[in-house]
Amino acid sequence: MDAIIEARGLCKRFGATVALDGLDLAVPAGAILGVLGRNGAGKTTAVRILTTLARPDSGSARVAGHDVVRQADAVRRVIGVTAQNATVDEVLSGRQNLVMIGRLSGLRRRTAQARATELLAQFELADAGDRMIKEYSGGMRRRLDLAASLVTRPPVLFLDEPTTGLDPTSRVRMWGVIRGLVADGATLLLTTQYLDEADELADRILVIDHGRSISEGTAAELKTQTGGARLEVTLTAADGEATAALAPYVSGAVHASHDGLRLRAPVRNEPGLATRVVRALDDAGITIDDVQVHQPSLDDVFFALTGHTSEDEEAVAA
Amino acid sequence: MRTMVRDVSVLTFRNLVHIRREPLQLSDVTVQPVLFTLLFTYVFGAGVVLPNHGSYNAFAIAGLLALNLTTSSMGTAVGLSTDLASGAIDRFRTLPIWRPAVLAGRSLADLLTAALCATIVALSGLAIGWRPENGIPRMLAGFGLFLFFSYAVSWYCACLGILSRGPESAQGLGLIVLFPLAFVSNAMVPTQHMPAVLRFVADWNPVSAVTAAARELWGNPNPSATIAAWPMQHPVAASLVWSVGMLLLFAPLAAFLYRRRTTD
Repeated sequence: MDAIIEARGLCKRFGATVALDGLDLAVPAGAILGVLGRNGAGKTTAVRILTTLARPDSGSARVAGHDVVRQADAVRRVIGVTAQNATVDEVLSGRQNLVMIGRLSGLRRRTAQARATELLAQFELADAGDRMIKEYSGGMRRRLDLAASLVTRPPVLFLDEPTTGLDPTSRVRMWGVIRGLVADGATLLLTTQYLDEADELADRILVIDHGRSISEGTAAELKTQTGGARLEVTLTAADGEATAALAPYVSGAVHASHDGLRLRAPVRNEPGLATRVVRALDDAGITIDDVQVHQPSLDDVFFALTGHTSEDEEAVAA
Repeated sequence: MRTMVRDVSVLTFRNLVHIRREPLQLSDVTVQPVLFTLLFTYVFGAGVVLPNHGSYNAFAIAGLLALNLTTSSMGTAVGLSTDLASGAIDRFRTLPIWRPAVLAGRSLADLLTAALCATIVALSGLAIGWRPENGIPRMLAGFGLFLFFSYAVSWYCACLGILSRGPESAQGLGLIVLFPLAFVSNAMVPTQHMPAVLRFVADWNPVSAVTAAARELWGNPNPSATIAAWPMQHPVAASLVWSVGMLLLFAPLAAFLYRRRTTD
């Protein structure tokens, strides 16, 4: 098996809390695995073990063929880590941080300095390079965090919630940066609690809950697991005939809103479905204001797999 | 070996940048020594009469060094616990560095800072009339004892820093232990007039030993010389014994505590 990041049966508890409960994962060379889960699902613990910061109670993990416990130093030589709990130095400038990390990773002084300049330019931090990190905005800080994990051009990268807490503009910018990394051939494991982020960046998505993997596949595969699409029709005026007219095209019961204007039903998504629905309703003399066929979102997937939506979780986390 | 030296020197430099940029830590070793020197010599100096009527200013400088070095070693505790709490140390741990470099870099930076502090105290002392009377080698020996002592205390502070939950509690813990240690001693006043219990503590206090040793080496007034307690009769030896003892106890302990705190 040519997995660059590989974990088998990872277990970890903190007192009475089970953080990981037999987690398996594998990331092939050059791929991005998105590990998706809510707060407390075990994402950060998994990253800490894979990056040698924590030891598993049982199970094993290898990164680029090196055991994360017994060959921790060899693992540290090939990984780059961006994690919320392993951060850059607030009191140093951006440049000083990058040079320091380069030196501690074994680069010569001059090489480390040249690399720092290069990374600052690449991450649009050239002007802020000599300012203390304290004075950086959240987005700048995350970009520097990411730059710091790239100093030695490591072939394996771990990004633990790289956009949590960022405003939408900074997030999109960060996504662009992350896509660029993979274009360079790195293998990447990324954790996130945002479904759109996993959808946007990852080749494959591993959904974890309570320290265990509950599903894995491409975004498209996960979406098909939860079944089909959903049809929503808004009528101009309530009409008792509408439900009957829709029946041949839907794959389940039609639900009407209280005022009878909005109808919803599960459908099997086929080409031309919306056209046929509009035509059928028109033939029945029913006028409509709106027709929509919704593809399942990863939110639906998450709900189907865990029994709660991502919004629920934010409420729980808050 | 080369990587060990490199890792330690990179981290030492990093810690020095921290001290330079943190106003509180920097003033601990620059402004405070000058302030203490002026306060103690001008405010207390007039009221303290030495048993053999020596100059208080000449007496006070060794004590001020002890006071400043002991209290500023708290920076080790605060710095280390800040790094542990902020995740800076986790970042270092994802790099292929020599593991003890984090602690070694911290204690080396503190030693260099202590040397700066000692220089400032000495210059303030020279300005108010203190003189090392026994020549350059003995003067340097006195400072050497002080820096060695300060290095040993910084390992004790490293233990505090690792054990505390955050920078504030590290500071609090440090104050509770280091202030009595610095003041229940012969540093600023002769111990002769202290109540019996305090006097016993003061005469066996490592701060007293190193202070008396420096006074002896510098030819400054040293009222402790007439005290029968062994450390006051042999202050140089006593100061070395204390410093070596603290180092042997607290350096391995700090390494052990650090390993335990960063293994989960």
